Amino acid sequence: MAIFRAHVLICGGSGCTSNKSQVVRKRFEEKIKEVQLDKEVQVVGTGCFGLCEEGPVVIVYPEGSFYSRMTVDKVDEIVEEHLLKGRIVEKYLYKEKVKVEDAKEHKSLMEVQFYSKQKRVALRNCGLINPEDINEYIARDGYMALGKVLTEMSPQDVIQLMKESNLRGRGGAGFPVGLKWGFAAPNKADQKYIICNADEGDPGAFMDRSILEGDPHAVLEAMAIAGYAIGATKGFIYVRAEYPIAVRRLHIAIDQARELGLLGKNIFDSGFDFDIETRLGAGAFVCGEETALMQSIQGNRGMAKVKPPFPANKGLWGKPTVINNVETLANIPQIILKGPEWFKSFGTEKSPGTKVFALGGKITNTGLVEVPMGITLREVIYDIGGGCPGGKAFKAVQTGGPSGGCLTAGHLDTPVDYENLAAVGSIMGSGGMIVMDEDNCMVDIARFFLDFIVDESCGKCTPCRVGTKRMLTILERITQGKGTLEDLEELESLANSIKNSSLCGLGQTAPNPVLATLRYFRDEYIAHVVDKKCPAKNCKALLTFEIDKDKCTGCTLCARNCPVSCISGTVKNPHEINQELCIKCGNCYSVCRFGAVQKN
Amino acid sequence: MKSLEELRKIREEAIKNIEMRNPDKDIRVVVGMATCGISAGARPVLSTFVDEVAKRNLKNVQVVQTGCIGMCTYEPIVEIYSPDKEKVTYIHVDSEKAKRIVAEHLVNGRVVREYTIGSEI
Repeated sequence: MAIFRAHVLICGGSGCTSNKSQVVRKRFEEKIKEVQLDKEVQVVGTGCFGLCEEGPVVIVYPEGSFYSRMTVDKVDEIVEEHLLKGRIVEKYLYKEKVKVEDAKEHKSLMEVQFYSKQKRVALRNCGLINPEDINEYIARDGYMALGKVLTEMSPQDVIQLMKESNLRGRGGAGFPVGLKWGFAAPNKADQKYIICNADEGDPGAFMDRSILEGDPHAVLEAMAIAGYAIGATKGFIYVRAEYPIAVRRLHIAIDQARELGLLGKNIFDSGFDFDIETRLGAGAFVCGEETALMQSIQGNRGMAKVKPPFPANKGLWGKPTVINNVETLANIPQIILKGPEWFKSFGTEKSPGTKVFALGGKITNTGLVEVPMGITLREVIYDIGGGCPGGKAFKAVQTGGPSGGCLTAGHLDTPVDYENLAAVGSIMGSGGMIVMDEDNCMVDIARFFLDFIVDESCGKCTPCRVGTKRMLTILERITQGKGTLEDLEELESLANSIKNSSLCGLGQTAPNPVLATLRYFRDEYIAHVVDKKCPAKNCKALLTFEIDKDKCTGCTLCARNCPVSCISGTVKNPHEINQELCIKCGNCYSVCRFGAVQKN
Repeated sequence: MKSLEELRKIREEAIKNIEMRNPDKDIRVVVGMATCGISAGARPVLSTFVDEVAKRNLKNVQVVQTGCIGMCTYEPIVEIYSPDKEKVTYIHVDSEKAKRIVAEHLVNGRVVREYTIGSEI
């Protein structure tokens, strides 16, 4: 195996790729070849490093230099200065990395604010290895857990170990993995199945995507371990088609595993067979719900079914089936190798381990973080996330996507785990964390999530199909200034009915954002329906755009950009908006360079 | 895959390359790779150090390059930084000397006095 004296790791996750990281990579490969360093320097494409805000990310070893916001024009300099001459190009480094006092010593990656409070377990290989090379996964103890399980443990031992570790499902419900496997194992059937739920439908969530793109083998290995535990020989990974990079990496990983005999017949000469296939989703959020997901794999329309029977007893094609989330699975090989006591040594008592969160919205360090359970929201949002950018005030954080609730500044010291978040009216969910600041209208946020739900409802049960639509109509009326106080009562009553009578989790949790915003931001709703005003100045129908004559320089930029030509004024003289004709599109507000357009 | 042994063998090989991707190492071997260094033959010295460290699985050793150290007549120069110890500067290093430095200094902890700058002055 060739030994390289330097490694250039370039992020190949979806985020950085969409920001041209692969163009950067190509230039590195070209330039390195040009200066004849290709036998000494290895260019490696990895998965997501996590600090997506600073992407495309490139890390050069052995020094561990963290180059951020890489563009193709910076590559040549880095190759010539850093790789050829050993002089790190400080001006391209991630700003926090350089210690001011001692310019020769840079902070190590794990010391920067973004990473210092993180504990990477599910994400341990993401950003470190090449996900398309099984040897790199093996170098990190890959498939050793499967080997241990097949050669030293019985299926009951494995289930017992999972029960002891108290690993809970990371897809949102938090159901104990050991318990679920324990239900499926004793059932007698000619075929059992393991399904990996990689549908990840929550808007803004990309935890599972990053694991699939950055460390697909962890998922394969865990599925094989699960198969051994319950007696299944076949696994399906149900992955949403909107993740083409993940799908490609999964296929490469499955092929490589099969080639080495880590998937297929008689693995490790133990007599155990296990193979995996992928199935692509077709764009339906509801197919993340396990019964709808199984319907989809079976070739039917993705519509939920009544439970019981639970999948562990009667699932795919009526056979005992265990369905686990991607992040849940990614934890399993580590737990097998290091033991349940290790896993329980971080996190909280009822929620051991870590959780991966996708930080998005109004936050400085958008990206992927993995933290021990029990860390407070404040630490995640401020210490790791860097708070709200632009000096704006924090208003709320939405956890759990369209099924979750929003929490206010008063909740920032809540420790993050399943019980604590539920106690304050939200849920952990799959890990999406959207931060909102003073410019977000909470009524509009509720409307946004409900709009999504209405689109995604499968339509089978009336409470969800009709109820959510009715709720959306009310919210739309409110944001357009046509709401009444009776509407608020109606909204609450509808929400409770839908929660109690929907067939599946989609409907049962759909009212959550509405109920949470009503609970903590009732004043905003009142402002909308009584005063017909939007305090956050977001809902266009409730705004008037006016030009401040003192600030207006008469540059005519607004008038030229007005789609309905309702701004009048001559060059170098203050302009005026005709309120009768104004459609409140906000164009003038965006283009004015003097802050002369006011939103009232 | 027929046995855990087979897997372990693959791991042993693959680890050597991955080990590089961890910047937190105790011992730093710094090879001067400016123009003076390279023209004096520092490239093969750097490769030798990298190969030897990998071959012997010295997980706590990092091999990096640096620019001009200043004493150009003594190139190729290799400096070794160990925690709680004084920096050791080797001069006129070549591939053979590099191998010996790895074996005696890095593995056994004995500085190779006759190659250091102290022995010249």
